[in-house]
Amino acid sequence: MSQISTAPVATGSSAPGGSRGTRRTGRLARWAPWACFAGAAVVVGVLWPLFDLNIALFVLYTVVLGTLAVYLLTRAVEGSRQATNRLVTCLVVSAFGLAMVPLVSLVWEVVSRGAARLDGEFFNSSLVGIVGEGGGAYHAIMGTLVITALTTLISVPIGLMTAIFLVEYARGRLKRAITFLVDVMTGIPSIVAGLFAYALFAIFLGPGIRLGIMGAIALSVLMIPVVVRSAEEVLKLVPNELREASYALGVPKWRTIVKVVVPTSIAGLGTGVTLAIARVVGETAPLLITLGITNATNLDPFDGRMATLPVYAYYQLTQPGVPPQFATDRAWTAALVLIILVMGLNVVARLISRFFAPKSGR
Amino acid sequence: MAKRIDVSDLNIYYGDFLAVEGVNVSIEPRSITALIGPSGCGKSTFLRSINRMHEVVPGGRVEGKIVMDGQDLYGPDVDPVDVRRQIGMVFQRPNPFPTMSIYENVAAGIRLNSKKMKKSDLDDLVERSLRGANLWNEVKDRLARPGAGLSGGQQQRLCIARAIAVEPDVLLMDEPASALDPISTLAIEDLMADLKERFTIVIVTHNMQQAARVSEQTGFFNLNGVGQPGRLIEFNPTEKIFSNPDQKATEDYISGRFG
Repeated sequence: MSQISTAPVATGSSAPGGSRGTRRTGRLARWAPWACFAGAAVVVGVLWPLFDLNIALFVLYTVVLGTLAVYLLTRAVEGSRQATNRLVTCLVVSAFGLAMVPLVSLVWEVVSRGAARLDGEFFNSSLVGIVGEGGGAYHAIMGTLVITALTTLISVPIGLMTAIFLVEYARGRLKRAITFLVDVMTGIPSIVAGLFAYALFAIFLGPGIRLGIMGAIALSVLMIPVVVRSAEEVLKLVPNELREASYALGVPKWRTIVKVVVPTSIAGLGTGVTLAIARVVGETAPLLITLGITNATNLDPFDGRMATLPVYAYYQLTQPGVPPQFATDRAWTAALVLIILVMGLNVVARLISRFFAPKSGR
Repeated sequence: MAKRIDVSDLNIYYGDFLAVEGVNVSIEPRSITALIGPSGCGKSTFLRSINRMHEVVPGGRVEGKIVMDGQDLYGPDVDPVDVRRQIGMVFQRPNPFPTMSIYENVAAGIRLNSKKMKKSDLDDLVERSLRGANLWNEVKDRLARPGAGLSGGQQQRLCIARAIAVEPDVLLMDEPASALDPISTLAIEDLMADLKERFTIVIVTHNMQQAARVSEQTGFFNLNGVGQPGRLIEFNPTEKIFSNPDQKATEDYISGRFG
């Protein structure tokens, strides 16, 4: 990698001097850059036995060598400006490829390991009476849905109203103070939110308490600032002229907000809320201390321990029992279901922004 | 319907900054009053203070009196929302509500205020307002389409229809034609000539020919320098302003020898 990153420094110093003398009018064929990389791959492939390469080093050397070849070839045929252009193109594409590596390998890993148990039983049964094979995450999936719904129910009204207050009513010092606190809350580590909810309920219900509602409150602490920030940005985008048009019709301020400002920005608000849900649906740490885990299905957030997908995956992986294989499989499938959930939420967010956006109607 | 407005010793502030000073003027009912003057001299600010839109701006406040047919608009027990229901406004840039159809835009003043009205009455009102704004024939087949899909000139007439649908006594227009082409401008000017039978109209414009064409009375605003408050220099019948103004500053501005 170091060769790639130092390359532009070298060309930067030599290009201005070279460009004047070496202006050329030739054109490389469309396929020439690809041929350079193919050639580089062949060369590195031939050297593979000599240097005892692995696949990662093979790709790395091919990219470096290919980039170098493209640069030198272009410089010789088309001149230094085109050469710099090609070099930067190669760097940008390499950086993109590098960024995709962890993403693709993560999805690949989770899908390949989790697909084995992605069956009907996983969605239909809990872990009651399961020691080895079989069992499922029905209780954890339902728990995650209940907790997330409860969190949304708490966070969205508070978050939206805070955002409306910040944009439409708050002025001066108060506004700055609230914005600052919301920013600070955005950065709160999730475990701190969990400890807060735990401590809050421990005051009233004694230590060792585990309740679904505690988890929902801990997640709300994390979700509210996200909702506030995204809703605030969206509400700010509503043109002031629309508010003034409404005021000029003799519409009171609160009605203007309810009937003009919010409907105009509903697409953005829906998207923001959905992405905020996606953000908290996979939280583990706060649920670990507030909900604990159970093997049985419990859908009542006011009555004892509940299972959720992230905590389920954690316990299946760390306390698998003997033999560990079956629990480990269940953990991967739980992770896969979680990813599917988040992906589904993102799709929903896109659909919301498409269907609710104001139409121009031309 | 159309009402008379008397303004006395009006000072308009943005926070501590005095933007417009000492305005005294009487605006006649059933007529068009034009306000002209260079940018930043307080025409729009004055216009917005008539229907108490000025105080929507943070720090905006007013001293002095504006009386409409004996009712002090800035009296202690007057609700600004009520004032705005009686004094409608059209803005410089057309601003139909993007989430609403053409029909809903015209009905917005009724719907947003949750006034109960029978569907047939509302249909009549929408048609009457759109006819009043010379837009009915162009949009009658697509009332359910979004208002944002109209052309700029049509959007501005839609905004005028929306403003007259609540049947105000006074109509304020803040450079209503400055974002439009000459054809649309002509349509708006013709419309104003019709509307003055029913409304008191006050229009701010940068276009002196427009002021000369449409208005009966003209007020000239000016300011002495940057940071100084704007003042109403002269207020006279339009003919007099454009042929034989009392003030030298007015003549300089109108003849293009300003400054």
